[in-house]
Amino acid sequence: MVDLKSGRAGGMGEILDVEGPYEVAPLGTALVELSANRPEIVGLTADMGRFSDIHAFRDAHPDRFFNVGMAEADLLLIAAGLAKTGKIAYCTTYSVFVTRRALDFLVIACAHSKANVKILAGMSGLMNPYGATHQATDDIAVLRMIPDLAIIDPCDATELAQVVKAVADIEGTVYVRSLRGKVPVVFDPEEYSFEFGKAKELRSGSDVGVISTGFMTQRAFVASAAARERGLGAGVLHVPTIKPFDTEAVLRFAAGVDRLVIAENHQMSGGLATLVTEALYDAGLHVPMIKIGIQHRFHECGSQAYMEEKYGLDQGRITRAVIDGV
Amino acid sequence: MAQPGTTRRPEITIPAHDRTVEQLHDEAFALRQTMLRMASDKGEGYIAQGMDIADLLAVVYFRELNFDPNDPEWADRDRFVLSTGHYSIALYAVLHRIGYISEEKLDEFGLNGADLALSTFDDQPGVEITGGSLGHGLGQAVGMALGYRLDRRASRIICELSDGELQEGSVWEAAMAAASHRLDNLIAVIDCNGIQADGPTVLDMEPIADKWRAFGWDTREIDGNDVAALVAAFDALRASDGRPKAIVLRTTPGKGIPTLESRERAHFVRVKADEWTSLRAELESNRG
Ligand SMILES: Cc1ncc(C[n+]2csc(CCOP(=O)(O)OP(=O)(O)O)c2C)c(N)n1
Repeated sequence: MVDLKSGRAGGMGEILDVEGPYEVAPLGTALVELSANRPEIVGLTADMGRFSDIHAFRDAHPDRFFNVGMAEADLLLIAAGLAKTGKIAYCTTYSVFVTRRALDFLVIACAHSKANVKILAGMSGLMNPYGATHQATDDIAVLRMIPDLAIIDPCDATELAQVVKAVADIEGTVYVRSLRGKVPVVFDPEEYSFEFGKAKELRSGSDVGVISTGFMTQRAFVASAAARERGLGAGVLHVPTIKPFDTEAVLRFAAGVDRLVIAENHQMSGGLATLVTEALYDAGLHVPMIKIGIQHRFHECGSQAYMEEKYGLDQGRITRAVIDGV
Repeated sequence: MAQPGTTRRPEITIPAHDRTVEQLHDEAFALRQTMLRMASDKGEGYIAQGMDIADLLAVVYFRELNFDPNDPEWADRDRFVLSTGHYSIALYAVLHRIGYISEEKLDEFGLNGADLALSTFDDQPGVEITGGSLGHGLGQAVGMALGYRLDRRASRIICELSDGELQEGSVWEAAMAAASHRLDNLIAVIDCNGIQADGPTVLDMEPIADKWRAFGWDTREIDGNDVAALVAAFDALRASDGRPKAIVLRTTPGKGIPTLESRERAHFVRVKADEWTSLRAELESNRG
């Protein structure tokens, strides 16, 4: 257990203490690359430019960048208005301010109008030291009930960059659980390619199957490798698109394993585990399942490592679930 | 909750309304010292805002507010609502000074799982609202002011806001409601330090004071780091004339520590481990 005194609750929504390869601000880099030949792309933020990595776009296209002030509701309205003039509006703020403050505007002005608004939201899940006001542990649960809204939870810098580019060509409103700062590189960009609406079986194995989303997939890989060393075949199905949900791939994967571990940086209810459960039940398939995710409660302030260990999202927890089935 | 009129008047009330400007100045200085101590070793944080709001908090807590040092829940208390939750370091420093927060708790500020978190939560004594998500203060302050009027309590609500926060629509919804409901027991104090997360204020919001006037608030605009001006502004805004009151404070981020005052990125300051000693020395030598 991380000791109270041992750490300060620091950072600003970036992944601190990244081990292994990483890329700095992949969101900004990808958006700049994409927008070079696409004049219809505009960028917006609600005073979260610096803390969302969109400043590279501002610097490349100052004429197409709008900081609307700290006004998240208006951010989505202005984006929806820009979309009505044929623009593709990329917006950044923190997840909580999308799902809480601006929800009405997201539902009607964006989703219902099928507005080309692409929301790159920061600090989704249990990702920051500011406590319940900033921890979007419920964003998927809230947003999955909104029709005509796509939800994507990328794993790493490679996938985030691909998603930033892909969403430009997905009609309508898309919500992306973005990652900022030093973002780990897990997938080889030469080998991995994000496909909207598709889950990817990245490791195969029939003893146990991990279904994961977002950066939890990196931990699923580590757990899968550890299981292999013990002679256990552990498959990994990565589900970057939460909505529309790839039911078919999930059923195929689940039918081929003895038991499942679901791993997500979200409350255990209302997110990936619920989607998987619904899919299995509807298909009459029963596979034993361990859920790894966030508890249904408000959380205190603490560093990411402290919170993850305390609330059971850390590597050790996943590895235990995969190997020991507990 | 106790019935109005039946609550005991506390034996001691801070403030001593007769504090001199000089004494208030000393309180502000002591708050800055405390904040610097709290921030040291943390490496980063909202220390510049804490410094710029110290003078206001000294005048509010040691001159304007009636409260019971032994009972944060005293039903007839004046309430100070800190809307800008990330200014927590300043609120905790003053709540420590008046005895609501212990030394041990203060030492744990900002640590993992600590009671005194990086933003304010209303489960702590003396913290009236949960901050952190900006734009929550003024509406709740309006509710408190309505509640006090309903209960015939003569006490006041003082609500702090910051300039970037004025960009949130909820602020203006509340501002309109306060004037319409003639809440002259409500004072908004607006910390205009000229910065927000992305740097210097990202929208042109001037003239700020005129906006409050246009919304029906009796408004003063002063140097928010001038204790005498703060005292004068509060004194000028005591009328029960059906108008809510506003003080627009022009403040300097990092006030009192020249190195911080000149920081370009003052919103979320990163300080190297070896810099704290020199910052403390700067504060001491700029006591003024
Ligand atoms: C509703 C909401 N949106 C965004 C944020 C993120 N955020 C924290 S501080 C800040 C800037 C606030 O500017 P200002 O109110 O002027 O405070 P200062 O820069 O003086 O600290 C922002 C955008 C937030 N905490 N709440």
